[in-house]
Amino acid sequence: MVSKTVDIDFLKEKARQCRREILEIIFEAGSGHPGGSLSSVEILIALYYYKMNHDPSKPDWPLRDRFIMSKGHACSAAYVTLADCGYFPKEELKTFRKLNSRLQGHIYAGVPGVELSTGSLGHGLSVANGIALGARICNVNFNIYCLLGDGEIQEGSIWEAAMTAGHHKLDNVCAILDYNKVQQNGPVPEIKNEEPVLDKWKDFGWHAVEVDGHNFNELIKALDEFDTVKGKPTFIKANTVKGKGVSFMEGQSKWHGKAPKREELEAALKELGF
Amino acid sequence: MPEMKATRDGFGEALLELGRENKKIVVLSGDLEDSTRAEYFKKEFPERFFNLGIAEQDVLGTAVGMSMDGLIPFACSFAVFLTNRAYDILRISVCYNNRNVKLIGSHGGLTVGPDGATAQCLEDFAITRVLPNLKVICPADAVEAKKATRMMAEVRGPAYMRLSRPPFPVITKESDEFILGRANVMREGRDITVIACGLMVYEALQAAEILKKENIETKVINMHTIKPIDREIVIKSAQETGAIVTAEEHQINGGLGSAVAEVLARNFPVPVEMVAVNDTFGESGESEELLEKYHLKDIDIVDAVKRVIARKKKG
Repeated sequence: MVSKTVDIDFLKEKARQCRREILEIIFEAGSGHPGGSLSSVEILIALYYYKMNHDPSKPDWPLRDRFIMSKGHACSAAYVTLADCGYFPKEELKTFRKLNSRLQGHIYAGVPGVELSTGSLGHGLSVANGIALGARICNVNFNIYCLLGDGEIQEGSIWEAAMTAGHHKLDNVCAILDYNKVQQNGPVPEIKNEEPVLDKWKDFGWHAVEVDGHNFNELIKALDEFDTVKGKPTFIKANTVKGKGVSFMEGQSKWHGKAPKREELEAALKELGF
Repeated sequence: MPEMKATRDGFGEALLELGRENKKIVVLSGDLEDSTRAEYFKKEFPERFFNLGIAEQDVLGTAVGMSMDGLIPFACSFAVFLTNRAYDILRISVCYNNRNVKLIGSHGGLTVGPDGATAQCLEDFAITRVLPNLKVICPADAVEAKKATRMMAEVRGPAYMRLSRPPFPVITKESDEFILGRANVMREGRDITVIACGLMVYEALQAAEILKKENIETKVINMHTIKPIDREIVIKSAQETGAIVTAEEHQINGGLGSAVAEVLARNFPVPVEMVAVNDTFGESGESEELLEKYHLKDIDIVDAVKRVIARKKKG
């Protein structure tokens, strides 16, 4: 495994631009999910600009790495990342959540670069496993990354899938938990405590590590480590902040699913240095 | 007396044949492959078979993932678990994503028998036929189940087939044509049409014999595809016979009878009577005892025919 050269400053700037566009398209739409989108930005940027083998000009390239966004409500982060990569024109981002748009309110497989439509939580990990098992049967090699929400892992189907990946030793599956610790009606630990999260996944047969989900060095280290772990799937608990980058949104459950007003957007962009 | 064979056996044989012919066929099971007969495939192709344990949501989701690079997954369990239990996965991951996943739900209907109400699936037609993209099939016998299995593998997109546990009479021939969405006329008659699916097609044919003795000529239609329903034959039969009786091993609400009534209401309304389970759960008992107690026998179809003919005459 030859490790790629990393320009952390480049990734940081991509993340800053990504945050701006997330806020802009949610503002333009008048609705959306800023909290859990902003928390997942560095994870997406690390995947699309560092880790994944993919080619925006060939979204169906059979050997591409797959990304499954199981927390489908965070689609704004995926849409702006895919558009920035060149999967579809940036102009189209304005149509987010509007009638006749491909950019549906929860991530939609009709968008170039999107593998699976989700929105109802708890679906993505089983699908990721299925892709991995299919690749094993067909003897092709690529990786499958699956982004999970911390509220989402309260769904039982996630644990069915976690058990399957462990049992079948799916070492080309990497689940990344956007652990922002806030769900729609309050803090995760108060609603249904998930700790010790890492131990749960280890017990299910996973290689499980914890990183700062806003720190590219840590994310990259964990993603590279995934390549070296054989015989078990990898789980990355990415500690994040809901609404990261906008002080008045950070850690606030009320920003799970609402759009900023114009003055709020302006204040947010100012904070991000725009 | 015709040969007796369960539709699940017909499926199991066809799946094995398909496995031999096409390496893209893969099979997933919720630990019921002995019951669904997917085990015939498992024994010959263990590398393409996955028992994912008692986790129907995971079975369907994993099947979706396997379909994404050209494999053709058959997801097999009891009808109750595959449809009712895993419904949200069926709705979003399978149907909304329009994945090429084949669902096989065995042990449909009351004829599961002594296992009782929790295992007797009586809602699957209702909840599957409302889902966009999904095809819904219930073969009349084991021979038809084999053809339906092969057809499911050929036709792109998600499809659900309900199978039954007990052996029942084989009433179709190997040479009969089987086309998805096109019903088969089993018997012509000018006085009344009975539209049935699954083992109720046999009961309908028996009913037609009884009615013949009373000079009532019954047309019997085998509606093996519940969705997309064969609208043409439903409308044509209503025009020709002026009344319809439906017969299914399913709740009276939302199933084949409802599907037929929807077509008629919009196109050519005629009196309809429905032979089905009357909005109640089942219970333990032998298949035949249950069919009798819950009024799903030939004599129940005969009664329904007489009722509907009386309504037609009142007109």
